Amino acid sequence: MTDASVPQNVAPPPAEVPDVDLYHAHSWITKYVFSQDAKVIAIQYAGTAIAVGILALVLSWVIRLQLAFPGAIPFIDANVYYQSVTMHGMIMVVYMLTAIFLGGFGNYLIPLMVGARDMVFPYVNMLSYWVYLIATLVLVSSYFFPGGPTGAGWTLYPPQSILTGTPGHEYGIILMLVSLILFIVGFTMGGLNYVVTVLQARTRGMTLMRMPLTVWGIFSAAVMALLAFPGLFVACLMLLLDRTLGTSFFMPSLVELGERKDYVGGSPILFQHLFWFFGHPEVYIVALPAFGIVSDLISVHARKNIFGYRMMVWAIIAIGVLSMVVWGHHMYISGMDPWFGFFFAVTTLAIAVPTALKVYNWVLTLWHADIHFTTPMLFALGFLVTFVNGGITGLYLGNVIVDVPLSATLFVVAHFHMVMGIAPVLVIFGAIYHWYPKITGRMMDERLGKIHFWITFLGAYAIFFPMHYLGVLGMPRRFYEMGETAFVPASAATLNIVITVIALAVGFAQSIFFYNLFKSLKYGAPAGGNPWRAASLEWQTPETPPGHGNWGKHLPVVYRWPYAYSVPGAPEDYLPQNAPPVRGEHSP
Amino acid sequence: MSVMGLFFVFIATVAIMWLVRQGVMESPWLEEGEVAHYRRAGGAEPPTAGRVGLAVFLAVAGCLFSLLAAAFFMRGDAPDWQMPPIPGVLWVNTFLLAASSVALQLAVVAARRANAERVKTALLVGAVTAALFLIGQIWAWRELLELRFFASSNAANAFFYLLTGVHALHLIGGLVALARTTDKVRGAVRVTKALTTSVELCAIYWHFLLFVWLLMFAMLIGWADGFGAICRRLLS
Repeated sequence: MTDASVPQNVAPPPAEVPDVDLYHAHSWITKYVFSQDAKVIAIQYAGTAIAVGILALVLSWVIRLQLAFPGAIPFIDANVYYQSVTMHGMIMVVYMLTAIFLGGFGNYLIPLMVGARDMVFPYVNMLSYWVYLIATLVLVSSYFFPGGPTGAGWTLYPPQSILTGTPGHEYGIILMLVSLILFIVGFTMGGLNYVVTVLQARTRGMTLMRMPLTVWGIFSAAVMALLAFPGLFVACLMLLLDRTLGTSFFMPSLVELGERKDYVGGSPILFQHLFWFFGHPEVYIVALPAFGIVSDLISVHARKNIFGYRMMVWAIIAIGVLSMVVWGHHMYISGMDPWFGFFFAVTTLAIAVPTALKVYNWVLTLWHADIHFTTPMLFALGFLVTFVNGGITGLYLGNVIVDVPLSATLFVVAHFHMVMGIAPVLVIFGAIYHWYPKITGRMMDERLGKIHFWITFLGAYAIFFPMHYLGVLGMPRRFYEMGETAFVPASAATLNIVITVIALAVGFAQSIFFYNLFKSLKYGAPAGGNPWRAASLEWQTPETPPGHGNWGKHLPVVYRWPYAYSVPGAPEDYLPQNAPPVRGEHSP
Repeated sequence: MSVMGLFFVFIATVAIMWLVRQGVMESPWLEEGEVAHYRRAGGAEPPTAGRVGLAVFLAVAGCLFSLLAAAFFMRGDAPDWQMPPIPGVLWVNTFLLAASSVALQLAVVAARRANAERVKTALLVGAVTAALFLIGQIWAWRELLELRFFASSNAANAFFYLLTGVHALHLIGGLVALARTTDKVRGAVRVTKALTTSVELCAIYWHFLLFVWLLMFAMLIGWADGFGAICRRLLS
C-alpha cells in the first residue's frame, strides 16, 4: 500500500488497493480464531485483557479485605496478600491497560480511522495477539505451581524479589519474568504494526494533521512503548539470569538466614534505573491513548470542533518526549546525586505544562458547546475531573522534599490509582459505549450505562479520595498489617473498613456493565452506520459492523479534518471527513 | 544511562524533524480539498512499508542494545568487576561479519543491476560468513568456559555472554529472513522490484548488526573505558 504523503509532482496514490494485498480467510478457524483481520484481533486482545482484568479486580478485593479486617479472613495470610498485591499491580498496568489500549483500541481504530483496509503486516499482527495470550497464560499459570505466584511487588526489586523469603521464589518469579519477556516480544510485533500503519497506510488526503486525536494518542503511545519496553526487557532478562544462572548483575553480596550467598557486587540500583526507564513512560503509554480518545468523545458529544487541535498534537508529542526523561522521580529515596534529583524534579514538573494545556483545551471545547450528556460523554467528563485530581497530587510527589516523606505511603497509591487507574478505566468504558454501535451494529442501553457511570465514578472517588488522608497520616503501602502503631489512629481502621465495603460494592456493580454489554449484543436498538453523527472516518464505512477490508471496493478520500462539527451552512451539523467539499465551505 | 540518553536524543531529533517535514505545523481547519501539500525533498519515491517497518524495528533493537551498554558501564563501576581475557577468535569473527556485510551490499548492487546469478552468489557468501561468525562466537564461549570464566563467577563474564548472546540471537533472526530471501531468489527467473527490496532490507539489517558488533567489541576489549568513565561521572 502506498503512503498518502507523496510529493506534488508525483501522481497521488491510487484510491484502490489491489485485492492480492488483502488476506482472505478460508475457514471458520482462520476467520475467527487465527484471524489476520485487525478487527477480530482487536476483540481478541480486548477480551483477553478484560478477562485478566477481572482477575486483577478480584485480587484487589483480597488486598482490601486484609487491610480492613486484618487476620479475620482465614485464607489471606501474608503470602497470599503479597502475591495479590503483586499480581494485581502487574496485571492491571501491563496485561490489562497496555493491552486493551494498544492491542484492543489500536487494532480496531487505527485502520478504520486512517482509512486503511487492515494493518500493514497482518500476519505479524496475529502473531502478536497469540504471543500476548501465551504470556498471559504463563503469568496466570504461576498460581498452579508450588509456592504460587511471586509476591515481590509489581516493581520486582532485587535482591528481595529472588530471595527465599519472598513468596513464589521457586517458580513464581521465573514465570513472571518469562511472561513479561514474552509480552514484550508480542507487543513489539503489534507496536511495529500500529506505527507503520499510521505512517504508511493512510488513505488519500489523510495527512498527519487530519488524523483524529485518538490515532495521534495511540500512535505516540506505541512509539513510546517501542522505545520503553526494551528497558523492562533488559531488566527481566538480567534478573532471570541472576535467578537461574546465579549471575550478579543486580545481586549484591549478602547473607541470607545465616548463609552466605554466592552473589558478589551486583547493583540493585541498576535494576531500578532499567525498570523505571520503562515504568514511567508506561504511565503515558496508558494515558496518551486515553487523552486521544477523550478528545474525540468530547468533540463528538459536544458537537464542536476540538479546541486547539494543533496544540493538542504538539502536547501529545511533548508529553511523549518528556516522559522518557523523568524516570528518576520514582527513585528519590533510592539515593542519587541531589543535582540529578533536581533534574528529574524539573522534567517531572515540566510535564504539567503540556498536560494542563490539554485539560484547558478540553474545557474550552466544552465552553458554549451543545453538550449531549450521553454515557460516553459522562465518562469523558468523569475522566477530566479524575485526571486533574490525580495529576495535582503528582505535582506534590514530583518535588523531592515532598516526595521523601510521602514515599511508600497510601498517598502514592491514591495518586497513581486516580491518575493512571481510574482515569484510563473511565475512558475505556466511555470508549466501549461510544464504539460499541460500530463494532456490533447495536446500541448499548443508555439507562444502564448511566447507572453504571454514576456508581463507578462516585464509587471510585469514595475509595481513593480518603486514601490520600491515610497516606498523609503516614500509613504505609504494602504492609500486611499495621499492628500496634502509634501514629495511626483508630479512626483510620474505620476508614479502611468503609473503603473496603465500597470497593466490594463498586466491583460487583461492574456486572451491570457486563450485563449491558452482552444483552445489547442481541436486544440493543439497531444503531445504523453513524448513530452519534460523528465526522471521523470509522463511522463512514459502507457496512456496520465494517466488513473484511473495511471499505468495500473503493478506499475513502479525505477532504478535511475530523472535527467539522456545527459547520455553518452545511446540510447537517457535521461534515464527514470523506464528504466532497461544499462550495465556499469554511470548516468550522 | 548516558548511552541511552545519547540514543534517545538521536531518535527524538529524527522523529521531530520528520514530523515537522510532514506538516505538524499546519492548520488543518483552514485546509480544504483532496490532497493537502506535502513536502518531500527531490521528489524521491515514498518508502515501502517494509523499509519503514525495518527502520522502526532498528530503533527498537538500537534501544535494547543501548540499554545493555548503559547497564554494562554502570555495573562496570563496581570493585569486583574483572573483564575476562578476550579470545583471539573474536578478531576473526569481526572480519567474518564485516565480510558478510560487504557480501550483502554486493548483493544489493547486483540486484539493482538485475543480475540474478550474482545476487544468488553474494547472498550465499553472506549467509555462509554470517554462519561462520556464529560458530566463531560459540568457539569464543567455549574457550572462555574452558578457562573457567563462568557467568556466575564475575558480572563482567556474564555481560560478555549476555551481550554476545543477544547479538547472536538477532543475527539468527536475520539469517531466517535471509534464508527466505535466498529462497525467493532461487525460484525467480528475473530480479523483481520486490526481490530487490528484500535484499536491501537484509543488507540494512546486516550493516546495523555489524555496527552494533563493532561498538560491542570495543566495549569488551576495553577501548570504550574512557567513555564509560565519563558516563559514570555524569550519573553519580
